[in-house]
Amino acid sequence: MKTTENYLSEISEIRKMMQESSRFLTLSGLSGILVGIYALAGAVMADSLLFTSHIFSWLKGNNVVADLSVLAGIILSLSIITIVILTSIRVKKAGKKFWNIGSRQMLLNLSVPLLSGGLLIIVFVFKEFYEIVIPGTLVFYGLSLVNAAKFTRNEIFYLGLFQLILGIVAAILPSIGILLWALGFGLLHIIYGVLMYFRYEYSPKG
Amino acid sequence: MKNSFQNLNKAFDNKIRLGIMSVLSVNPKVSFNDLKEMLDVTDGNLASHLKSLENAGYINVIKSFIDRKPNTRYEITNEGSTAFDSHLKALEEILKQL
Repeated sequence: MKTTENYLSEISEIRKMMQESSRFLTLSGLSGILVGIYALAGAVMADSLLFTSHIFSWLKGNNVVADLSVLAGIILSLSIITIVILTSIRVKKAGKKFWNIGSRQMLLNLSVPLLSGGLLIIVFVFKEFYEIVIPGTLVFYGLSLVNAAKFTRNEIFYLGLFQLILGIVAAILPSIGILLWALGFGLLHIIYGVLMYFRYEYSPKG
Repeated sequence: MKNSFQNLNKAFDNKIRLGIMSVLSVNPKVSFNDLKEMLDVTDGNLASHLKSLENAGYINVIKSFIDRKPNTRYEITNEGSTAFDSHLKALEEILKQL
């Protein structure tokens, strides 16, 4: 005859397996903070390239669109590298694998709206329809997060929802577009990162 | 009390089989290697438990080839998910009564 302990451990084992096999729970919150800081720096630089152009005038080439595209590319690459490195460290610490059912599902569900949205925006940029960039990136990023949330921590759902709202507001009020973009990709990432870090990663004993 | 114990399914009276059913109950199709990694067991051990669940009719085996290498995936059957659900309910009942 089994004891209560046995049954309790069976139940908790079942729960653990169900969760771990379908969700990727070791995404680094710290990387969210860094990504937010990169985005804020990027937004300041983009703003000066577009308007004031005093501080970063030395960066300025002949073509603003090309400058901004390079800037966006650098920030995007830096963000992805940061997320992958910090998440790998967390995964290793937890003694788990980076590439498992949960992470594959999450990446698949993230990348479908993200890549299709990204390509759509690039097509519009080539057609010189630049108004789409800020609301488009916010809305498609928001949709990607909402979609990927089923396969990671549920907080991502709300992060996505806020990005979506900011994107739609940015479409209505293009004059404060960069500010809204900085709020979404900068401030929201930082808030999200701090929240996740203290909720799941930080432990006083280190 | 006695009733609940009778509702426990003998087929799931093992940590690995329970783990297999848990993973398959929330994922549509899972490969042998993913299961192995998830449950942290050896090939032979996993294979024998999968075989017994297959024989009980609780899981389906889907064999296919990826780059000419055999790729075996598993999915839960309707019968399997019903049996697993009632096993979970029985476990909960027992815990409530204890």
